[in-house]
Amino acid sequence: MTDRHPGFSTLAVHAGAQPDPTTGARATPIYQTTSFVFNDADHAASLFGLQAFGNIYTRIGNPTNAVLEERVAALEGGTAALAVASGHAAQVVVFQQLLMPGDEIIAARKLYGGSINQFTHAFKSFGWNVAWADSDDVASFERAVTPHTKAIFIESIANPSGSITDIEAIAAVARKAGVPLIVDNTLATPYLIRPIDHGADIVVHSLTKFLGGHGNSLGGIIVDAGTFDWSKDNKYPMLSEPRPEYHGIKLQETFGNFAFAIACRVLGLRDLGPALSPFNAFMILTGIETLPLRMQKHCENAKAVAEFLAGHPKVAAVNYAGLASDRYNNLARKYAPKGAGAVFTFSLKDGYDAGVNLVSNLKLFSHLANVGDTRSLVIHPASTTHSQLDDAAKVKSGAAPDVVRLSIGIEDKEDLIADLEQALTA
Amino acid sequence: MNHDAYDDNYIRAILNSVKSIAMVGASPVNVRPSYFAFKYLAQRGYDMIPVNPGHVGKSLLGKPFVASLADIDRPIDMIDIFRNSSHIMPVVDEALKLSPLPKVIWMQLGARDDAAAEKAEAAGIKVVMNRCPKIEYGRLSSEISWMGVNSRTLSSKRAPIPTQGMRLSLNRMSVGGGETAASDRAAKNKSEP
Repeated sequence: MTDRHPGFSTLAVHAGAQPDPTTGARATPIYQTTSFVFNDADHAASLFGLQAFGNIYTRIGNPTNAVLEERVAALEGGTAALAVASGHAAQVVVFQQLLMPGDEIIAARKLYGGSINQFTHAFKSFGWNVAWADSDDVASFERAVTPHTKAIFIESIANPSGSITDIEAIAAVARKAGVPLIVDNTLATPYLIRPIDHGADIVVHSLTKFLGGHGNSLGGIIVDAGTFDWSKDNKYPMLSEPRPEYHGIKLQETFGNFAFAIACRVLGLRDLGPALSPFNAFMILTGIETLPLRMQKHCENAKAVAEFLAGHPKVAAVNYAGLASDRYNNLARKYAPKGAGAVFTFSLKDGYDAGVNLVSNLKLFSHLANVGDTRSLVIHPASTTHSQLDDAAKVKSGAAPDVVRLSIGIEDKEDLIADLEQALTA
Repeated sequence: MNHDAYDDNYIRAILNSVKSIAMVGASPVNVRPSYFAFKYLAQRGYDMIPVNPGHVGKSLLGKPFVASLADIDRPIDMIDIFRNSSHIMPVVDEALKLSPLPKVIWMQLGARDDAAAEKAEAAGIKVVMNRCPKIEYGRLSSEISWMGVNSRTLSSKRAPIPTQGMRLSLNRMSVGGGETAASDRAAKNKSEP
């Protein structure tokens, strides 16, 4: 008899969780504790030496967080995961394992503005360099490869433009260059796109968005696909060389196909410190249980709103890959057949001022800097999330001055359309 | 037998049935993966035998090293080979001379020799390649989930308590007064209407 492969919705509810051994509690308990007692001195030494599986201190691991980690790893089809305090923390921890001063990453220009800032400014002070490439031009990634390149970074569905990235084509470039492909899958969630199935080696998320889904808890996660051979060219000494922090252990040799997730935990999280609160892990876990249902509704509503806007006389353009006329519709059909997500942009014929007016006239949409909430959200990226970019970079990242970004919630779509209608005519 | 992917039931049946495990290439150096795996499996109740000609005369966690499989004085259920792929065949040849034959030959993470596997399987021996028994045990018991690893298992049953279970402890600190005094008072009030 072969093992059954549980479906996505079953994994969303069950993966990683089990009734509590001590109390029988069925919901995952919030282990709100800093530390865990050792059985004896030998047990303590085994845990510190990475010889035993177990809990030491919540900065390194926590049982509530571990349930979240296994659940997202299962949903993404990865071998292991590590939860951290935010999506930004996930990126710092990932790159700390891969980059030494003087090394480079190639990143898509169409990225969340916060990531562009992090890569451009914060990473510069670590001596990590970024080369930018165009997600719509695979050859631009190929051209950017140098002997210092250590990774390629893209978003599956780009924020704010909602465009779909050809993951398989860029994965082929990464394979040829001998570097891992990292995919930020925040806007798609594994319900819509599983980047590992298309060649990604590492997946990162801001859990704050659709996975948590209720706009109440920050979190980030790193998923190890278990696909990359870190020891091949000794390009990744954190994984392949004896680690002085652990008396000479080689992580890939010891942990095999989940060594990257272990490195992120025992070298990244341990030493950089961005631990996720167990309370936030609990809130996000509860959100994930309804991820499939919510994403269906998010996508259904987003398509209806995009269609309404596309037919409105005051709207100049709608960029939603779920529309048949959109330039990314073919990629959406290939990578996200269940729906093209719920974050997209549109522009108004009367430009910047009309966009500002629209935002202030809306009554149901909330004007704030987040996406992936149950509530519908609106923002003007050029003056907020992408404000630190110059005008040319704004256009290239999909945040031109006349563009308004929507994140469509799970309200009744008729009410969302009515709100946009009154705001457009007000 | 497909050695690219193993059904969980295949691995589970092996780990549930074997009792004695000879570990070829076991290291007494406590940062080597073989040391981790040896210690972990010994703590889970397997009868572990370290095989390494370079360390005869020494012990690993109280178990004396032997030089070769032929030097083991009792039947071995499983041979766990902690050697590179190029050193697998001689170990399998040695294993095939044992009587009784081992039930399982297990090649460690990173080690794979399809010809050696075929030879062992022809003799009725089950083979696992490029896996670690510690990781597989931890995964199938979901103990490895503490590390955020995808165990690829689900269960709605209460997990076994990871220690030996709750027992009456003679070492608990008892707190004087309090509860006892209050209940004494209550009993006293009752008997004095």
